[in-house]
Amino acid sequence: MYETFELLNALALMSNFVFVPALSYGSQLALGALGITLVFGILRFANFAHGDLMAFGTMVVVLVTYWLQAQGIGIDPLPTALLALPIGIVVAVAASLAIDRTVFRFYRRRRAAPVIFVVASVGVMYVLNGVTRFIIGPDDQRFADGERFLINARDFKEMTGLAEGVTIKLSQGVTVVVAIAVVAALFWFLQRTRTGKAMRAYSDNEDLALLSGINPDRVVAVTWIIAAVLATIAGTLYGLDKSFKPFTYFQLILPMFAAAIVGGIGQPVGAIVGGYIVAFSEVMVTYAYKKALAYLGPGGWEPEGLMQILSTEYKFAVSFIILVIVLLVRPTGIFRGKVIT
Amino acid sequence: MSHLIGKDMRGGYGGADILNGCTVSVDKGQIAVVVGPNGAGKSTAMKALFGMLTLREGNVTLGGRDITALSPQDRVACDMAFVPQTNNVFAGMTVEENLEMGAYLRRDDFSGTMAEVFDLFPILKEKRKQFAGELSGGQRQQVAVGRALMTQPSVLMLDEPTAGVSPIVMDELFDRVIAIKKTGIAVLIVEQNARQALEIADIGYVLVSGENRFTDTGEALLADAEVRQSFLGG
Repeated sequence: MYETFELLNALALMSNFVFVPALSYGSQLALGALGITLVFGILRFANFAHGDLMAFGTMVVVLVTYWLQAQGIGIDPLPTALLALPIGIVVAVAASLAIDRTVFRFYRRRRAAPVIFVVASVGVMYVLNGVTRFIIGPDDQRFADGERFLINARDFKEMTGLAEGVTIKLSQGVTVVVAIAVVAALFWFLQRTRTGKAMRAYSDNEDLALLSGINPDRVVAVTWIIAAVLATIAGTLYGLDKSFKPFTYFQLILPMFAAAIVGGIGQPVGAIVGGYIVAFSEVMVTYAYKKALAYLGPGGWEPEGLMQILSTEYKFAVSFIILVIVLLVRPTGIFRGKVIT
Repeated sequence: MSHLIGKDMRGGYGGADILNGCTVSVDKGQIAVVVGPNGAGKSTAMKALFGMLTLREGNVTLGGRDITALSPQDRVACDMAFVPQTNNVFAGMTVEENLEMGAYLRRDDFSGTMAEVFDLFPILKEKRKQFAGELSGGQRQQVAVGRALMTQPSVLMLDEPTAGVSPIVMDELFDRVIAIKKTGIAVLIVEQNARQALEIADIGYVLVSGENRFTDTGEALLADAEVRQSFLGG
């Protein structure tokens, strides 16, 4: 009986610090990676500005949230940001269409090489980054409100009688629910609608799509719209879960790219699987297993060190390592995507 | 006046001209076959007819209307259909989705056309939920032709449809092409397998260096000793 409790305690501990956070972080990465993968599939370049598009959209959401909070408008117990989200999405969509019109369309007409698009996207990244900081500043913004927990540690302990509690934050619950809904809607769109199928056809075989009368401008526009919607949703969920800081969002493109490439870039399913792989790796590699091992080991024993593979400051190394290994061993990723050239 | 005429076409891809004033035409309910040695400009002539190459001289008319200035996409909207030699299916999409994409420009109910395509190529009906990329070469070719037929074109252009398929599959495919022509479509084929293609041709063009060398019915070209010796390997 004692052993069972020990095991359950270890499980509760791991759920609390590994499984739940990684699941919600993975969902956020998956939404971001989906946008990267769609843009790559249709426009055939790696869009470095995606992280900052995310920051830009989220900034709008944050500002609208502050305004709504000041007006006393809310949807308690849910966070006010969800109410502000549609406005953020509209602004981000407008921005990404405007960027395409002013920057990327020019290179598309010249049939420029992918690497030129990549470099142009780096330029867009800096501009968006600057605009975001100029408007909201470089500091941390905490805009989450409403109920904080779905399940808090004390309730869980009372319910189960375990020594370890499992906490599920509302933001984590919202993240998973929203991510499932968005992904389901996206796949329905890609698999079932005429425009979605045209996007897949264009990604599959551009020349043949043109020969079938598919309008490339329309496909490209729809792609940017979807990318901006996904980026804003992912950014808002990440911000609710942690906080909003422009620099953090810029850094997120590394794990998002790692996710898209692990899954196979250009493959939407791959981006989702990749998001969870990267998130779980990152959290598991940087978690200190000391306490969990103490539960599993003989009574009274405790490991001496923290039993942590990498300190959390090095969490980006995990994405890098995944990226390098995938590109060396299986450049097409799990679901046989394209190879970035 | 034939339905589709490319008259005195001259042009190339920027460098020297590949087409040196050749004329190719096909009427509805007819199969026209373009043959010739490598580098004769066969495929280029077909691309010029479809607007994938800008002509320096000459013009293209469809049903009496000059379409020389139209882009390939606009020509699709004018009921022309083109099946490229390679990469002619959406490999990651099902057979059924390939056909749907062929009908992309149609806003009406195209299930009737799809049923006709399935009648023409029964194997596609069986495999309609499979990815086109998983099919054999011959079946892929059928998907490619089926996709092109979904717009209910008045002209169907096939660029070397039998490249890389077995002789049996080739015969079957030519059989199907005859069935397509009988529905009143103008069919234009560029072929390496000249002998077999000329057998089904109502009219055959032998191109050399971008010029018309011989033009006659398929039968007459096959009977012509000079054509046989020079272009059909004896």
